[in-house]
Formats: sequence, C-alpha cells, structure tokens
Amino acid sequence: MNELLFLSRFQFALTACYHWLFVPLTLGLGIVMSVMETLYVRSGDDFWKRTAQFWQKLFGINFAVGVATGIILEFEFGTNWSNYSWFVGDIFGAPLAIEGILAFFMEATFIALMFFGWEKLSRRAHLASTWLTVLGATISAWWILVANSWMQHPVGMEFNPETVRNEMLDFFAVAFSPTAVIKFSHTVLSGWMTGAVFVIAVSCWYLLKGRNMDFAKRSIKVAAIVGLIGSLGCMGAGDASGVDIAKTQPMKLAAAEGLMEGSDAAPFSIVPGLEIPHMLSVLATHDFNGFVPGINDITDNGYTNQQGETVESGAQKIAKGKVALEAFSDYRRLRKSDPAAAQQALTEFNEHKSYFGYGYLSSAEDLVPNVPVVYWSFRLMIGLGSFVVLIFLLGLWLGYKQQLERFKPFHYAALLALPCVYIAGQCGWIVAEVGRQPWAIQGLLPVNAGVSSLSSGHVLATTCIFALIFTALLVAEIRIMLRAIREYQA
Amino acid sequence: MTYSFLQQYWWFLVSLLAGLFVFLTFVQGANSQIFSLGRNNAERSLIVNATGRKWEFTFTTLVTFGGAFFASFPLFYSTSFGGAYWVWMLILFSFILQAVAYEFQSKPGNVFGTDGYRRFLVLNGVFGPFLVGVAVGTFFNGAEFIVCRDSMISGASISSWASPWHGLEAVCNPWNQILGFAVLMLSRTLGALYLQNNINEEALQPRFRRAVLVNAALFLLSFLPFVAYLLTAQGWAVGNDGTVVVEDFKYLHNFLALPLVLALFLVGVVAVLYGLFVSIVRQKRCGIWFAGAGTVFTVLALFLVAGLNQTCYYPSLADTQSSLHLGNSSSSEFTLRAMTIVSALIPFVLAYIVWAWRSIDIPGLSRTELENSEHKY
Repeated sequence: MNELLFLSRFQFALTACYHWLFVPLTLGLGIVMSVMETLYVRSGDDFWKRTAQFWQKLFGINFAVGVATGIILEFEFGTNWSNYSWFVGDIFGAPLAIEGILAFFMEATFIALMFFGWEKLSRRAHLASTWLTVLGATISAWWILVANSWMQHPVGMEFNPETVRNEMLDFFAVAFSPTAVIKFSHTVLSGWMTGAVFVIAVSCWYLLKGRNMDFAKRSIKVAAIVGLIGSLGCMGAGDASGVDIAKTQPMKLAAAEGLMEGSDAAPFSIVPGLEIPHMLSVLATHDFNGFVPGINDITDNGYTNQQGETVESGAQKIAKGKVALEAFSDYRRLRKSDPAAAQQALTEFNEHKSYFGYGYLSSAEDLVPNVPVVYWSFRLMIGLGSFVVLIFLLGLWLGYKQQLERFKPFHYAALLALPCVYIAGQCGWIVAEVGRQPWAIQGLLPVNAGVSSLSSGHVLATTCIFALIFTALLVAEIRIMLRAIREYQA
Repeated sequence: MTYSFLQQYWWFLVSLLAGLFVFLTFVQGANSQIFSLGRNNAERSLIVNATGRKWEFTFTTLVTFGGAFFASFPLFYSTSFGGAYWVWMLILFSFILQAVAYEFQSKPGNVFGTDGYRRFLVLNGVFGPFLVGVAVGTFFNGAEFIVCRDSMISGASISSWASPWHGLEAVCNPWNQILGFAVLMLSRTLGALYLQNNINEEALQPRFRRAVLVNAALFLLSFLPFVAYLLTAQGWAVGNDGTVVVEDFKYLHNFLALPLVLALFLVGVVAVLYGLFVSIVRQKRCGIWFAGAGTVFTVLALFLVAGLNQTCYYPSLADTQSSLHLGNSSSSEFTLRAMTIVSALIPFVLAYIVWAWRSIDIPGLSRTELENSEHKY
C-alpha cells in the first residue's frame, strides 16, 4: 500500500474512531435523560427534574466534542477522497445534504431550547424540545448510516460512461435498503447500550462512595430498562446483519470467522481451536446446512451461493474488470473520432461493467482484508457486548430485589462495563470498515482509486494536527466529566 | 422542471445557505472581540453567552452548506476540497476549536482554563471568516486545478491541483485577501450589532456602537474596492457548445443581464447601510435585523452572479476548459429532482428555527438572567 493511501485511510479511521467515542453516548444518554424528564412531567416530582438536568449536563459536555469531530468526517470525503466524491457523489451526497436539512437543524435548534429553555418554556414544550434533540440526533444517524450502508451494499444506481460516475436511479432503494435498516438498528441500539452503561457505571460509583444513593438506584433502574431494550434490539439486528453480510459481503463474513474453506456445515469459531459445529451456517443462512464460502472460494475457486447462482472467483472478476477498463478506455478515446468503434467498445464495456471496480486490483489476494484484525474485533464485540447485557439483567434483578445498594460486585462489574461497551462499539466499526477492504464501495471502487491527488506530507501534517487536537479535547472532556460527576450532590 | 432549472434552483439554495452562513458569522465576529469589548470577566461572560445561544446555527449552516454543495455539485466538492486542501482544513480546524470552547470554558477541570477556550473562540472568530472569504474569492478569481475525467481509467484522481501549495496560494492572492478581510470586518460589524441587540446592559451599549462604527468603516473600505474590481474584472463564460472563454466585464454583464439579481444586490447593500445608520446615528438596537437581512441578500446576489448566466463559478487558472459551471459539475437530473422534493421541507425548518430563536431571545440577556440561569457558559 502506498504511503498516501495508508495515511488517508489512517486519518479517516482516526477521525471516525474518535467521533464514535462521543456519538453512541449522545444517542443513548439522550434516551435515558428524555425518559427521566418524561417521568418529571408526568409525576411532577422535582427529583426527576434534577436527575434529568444532571444527565443533560453530561450530555452537553459530550455532545460538543461529538459535533467537533463530526464536521471533519463530512469534509474529509472531499479533502482526502476526492475521486470517491466524484465517482459516487451523485448518490452519496444526497443523504449528507438531507441529514443537514432535516437532522442537524433540528438538533441545533432544540438543544439550545433544552439547555436554555427551562425557565422560558412550559414543562411540556421543554420536554418536547428534549425529545426532539434526541430525535434529531437519531435522524442524523439514519442518514449517515444510509450513506455508510450504501458503501457496504451499493444499490439504486448505474454507471454513466459519459460523466464517468455512478448516478442514482432509485432514491428509495438507497434510502431504505434492508442493509441501511439493519445497520441503523444495530448501530443506534448499540448507542442505547452505551448510554445505559454510562448511567449505570456513574451511579454505581456513587453507590460505592455511599453518596447520592436514591439518585443512583433510580437512575440504574431507568438505564437498565433502556439498556436491555437496546440490547435485545441490537442482538436482533446483529442476527439480521449476519444474514445480510453473508449475501452482500461474503468476504467480510469469511474474514470475521477466519474461514479459509467454505462448507455446508460451517462451524462458528469461538476462538481458534474451539468451534460450534454448523453454527456459522445457521447464523449466516438461517439453515443448519447452509453453504458459507471461505476466503479461498471467494478469491480462487468460485462457488455456488445459497440462491444457487454461480459466483466467479476473484481472479476471474479481476480479469473481467481489466477488460471493462480497457473497453471503457477505448470508448472514451474513440467516441469523437470513430463513433462506430466507440459503440463497439461501449457494448463490450456494458457486458463487463459490473466488474469495473475489480479492474483496479492487481491480484485476488488484494480482495482479502486484514483477517486477524477483523476476526478478533468481531470476537471482542460479541464477548464484551454480552458482558454488558449481563450487567443490564443483573441491574434489573437487583433493582427488583431492592439489593442494588448492597451487592458490591455489581458496582465493580458496572465500572468495568464502561470501557467494555466502548471497546465493543469501536470493534463493531472495525469489523464493518476493515472487513470491507479493499473496497471503499463494495465491488465498485477500491480505496486505491478513490483517494485525492495529494502528497503524503500534507495528509501526514493534517493527521498529526487532528490527533493532537482530538486527544487534547478527549482529555479535557474526561476531566470535565469526572469533575462534574465527583462534585454532584443530588 | 428541466435539468437546467434544477441546476439553477440548487445553485440558488447553495447561494442562500452561503448568505445565511455569512449573516450567522456574527457569532464569530462578536467572539473575535471578546477581549476588546468585554473589559472584565462578567462582561466577557455576557458576550460569550449571547453568542453561545446561536453558535450551533452557524455551525449547522456551514455543515449543511457543505452537504448541499456535495449533493448538488459533487465535482466542485471533489475538486476544491481535495485541491485547495489547506484552506478548507484550516477553516475546519478553527471550527473544531469553537465547537468545544463554549461548553468547556466555564467547567471545572477543563485543562486549558476559561481564557484558553475564549482564545479558541477569538482564533475561530478571526481566521474562520477571513478564510471563508478567501475561499469564496476563488469563485471570482479562479483556482489552480485541472479536471480530467479520463483519469479515472487509470485510477488517478479526476482533478489535480497545479500548485504544490494546495490552497495556500489562494491566501496570497490580494483580491482574495481583500474579500477575506471584508468578510471578517462584516462579521465583526454584525457581531457588534448582534450584541447591541441581545445584551440588556446600558453600560456596554456605547462600546458596541463604537465597534459597529469602526468595523463597518473597515468593511466598507475593503468591500467597495472589491465590488469595483468585480464589476471591471474578467470572468469565465460558457458558450452554448460548452467551451469556456474569458470575457471582459463578465460580472457587470451578469448584473445587467439579471436585473432581479442586481435589485437584490442593491437592496442588500442599502439594507446593510440602513442597519448601520440605525445603529450608529439613531442609536437604536435593531440594526442587526436590517444589516443581517441585507447581508443575506448581498451574498446571495454575489453567488448568483458567480454561477448564473452561463458563468463558471469556479474558474480554472491552470486550464480554462476545466473550469466548473452549473452544467458540467452538477449531480444528475434524478438526484437533483429527488433532493428538490426534500427541499420543500426547508420553510418548515426555518419556521421552527425562528420560533426557537424568539423563545430564547425574549427578553434579551442581562447580568441578572445570566446569574440565575441553570445553564451558562
């Protein structure tokens, strides 16, 4: 991989990972604090007002850094991935614009009312502002995940040889693709889990310190319910995601399982050497004997998929991609000087255009992402995510039994769950994004053909500046959060 | 709706967002004067809290401007952002600092101290508007890029930058600098007008008025020469066959060919001047509304003459035929049509923004309100 490509990918990964430290807490804590404010409005109990205000204060601290890191991602598509921006901007740009018009203004407007409107609005109008802030954040997540899902499974478009780009043909296919629905559900609900764990961990810290006891116990109950609902939805969406990926990104699934050779009774690998027979077939196809292709099937051998279609090997696809590129080159060269020859070239191109992106790859090995990274990230995501679900169940059980205050192991486990839920979230994105490599857009455009024409020195410089600024902001945020938590008196 | 109509409609929307953004840079303009207008911590807090209730609108308008430009004119997004790399990156860096500065500045344990974060706001307040002005200057003065669609065949970039400085060369162009300075001074003028309107402290009013006077004078001294230059400058015109030619007095011709745009421009300029008159001479606090509306109209008109009437809105200095115009850089007809349907929701969005703005602003900000406020910066 050349230096520019590596640095451009590294910068995007860095900014995306930082951004994803703040977004899930916004999504999840937003729900928890909104539920608490709803309890205040319904019951008139000032306890819930004070409680909601405390969590809103932490929400605000976190939200600011989320906004700061988010703006970079949108503009990085243009600055560092300018070829990408042109090649698919006709489809990819629309969700970003709609996100701005529909979601960002809603968030920006109502968050101001949420913070400054306690004395200026009626209770119900303020509650509506709080919910609309969270709704704005969630709609924002919808549109950005529509864009990301399109990168995982491009639909609703066609390549236009005149403009040399892909153009949208079906807006609804893009905006409401099953991949987008699944990804949105899985991602947003994992955010609910993060927010819920955050509230439980902070509350358990108070219980350990013997402070704010009533506040902590009642916060845990609300958060555990939100967290459990989020967990159940997240697991359901995760299951659907497995089936979807098996169909649309079989290489990602094979890498996540470290599966070299496909099988009709594919086992699920818990860790290397420890497997559950048939389990991967069940997860990927919902069929005990469903065929799951391995890495070698996808690169070298080819295979027959669940629908009975023959899937060519990567090597064959690359060969056809080279033909497509060659024919396209002829078409562009001849279209003015020799229209008849150009038409012939265009016909050949149209026969092979679905392989166009493969033409940018050198060999079938290029199709394989970093298997150890994807494999272990997947296991960490599932393992740590499961641990977090146990925390919610235990929290609810202890709350029901009125034992929240006394059972110290739960308090320590909840504190441990906080880094776990963040690592799980980061690992989820690593599986999704590293697993998609070498593609920027699955099967359509590899990353090496999407990057801007810059010298690596420029990208290195901006990467260092981003790393410096974001790290400083993260340190500041953590310190401010800790101080706010330490000083709070319910 | 024809394809050409949709292209012009989206250019209008992008231009309107640009106008609204420049108006909303009153946040930056006021922040750039935190330490000169506020002489003690209480006064500086008032200024920061007055702008702190609006900063998200400015930020969101900038992000939406980027998103709308990407969706409607992706070749500009691809060419300018990937080419004039440093101008855009520096704008982004300054806005990142701003985004956290409000929420963090008054919180215990914030690492950089209250004044540290306020200096971030000043940095954003000075460099943000100036660099945005420089970037907009390239719409009239051109930029160093070459577009070659066939580069995609080899996987090379469709657009390349002819200067190794990747955008910094635009900062060295004197007319870009003058426009950048004018935008900075306009934002400072609007900032002072906004503070005059928003802060209920009689002691601060004379200082705000003086700031309006000084900044407005510097704004007019830079903006009027730029307008004179623009009306006499060459522009890049697109022929019916798509060929780009350099045309003398192109922008003057555009104003004359588009009388509604000329009227919009004149109304905008008069409104800005009337806002200044109301504030400085009649010592009223409502100048921001006239100057703000005038700013939106003026910037909208300038963007419209940059892109309408067969004009290249992003001229190439390196290769004339690579210049970008509405016809060669927009999204497909289908995409523009789909987004046009979504854009029908914009009036609804504007309506709730106006409602929220009024809810927060009535009555204006005072020391008493700030002291009693549960959430303050």
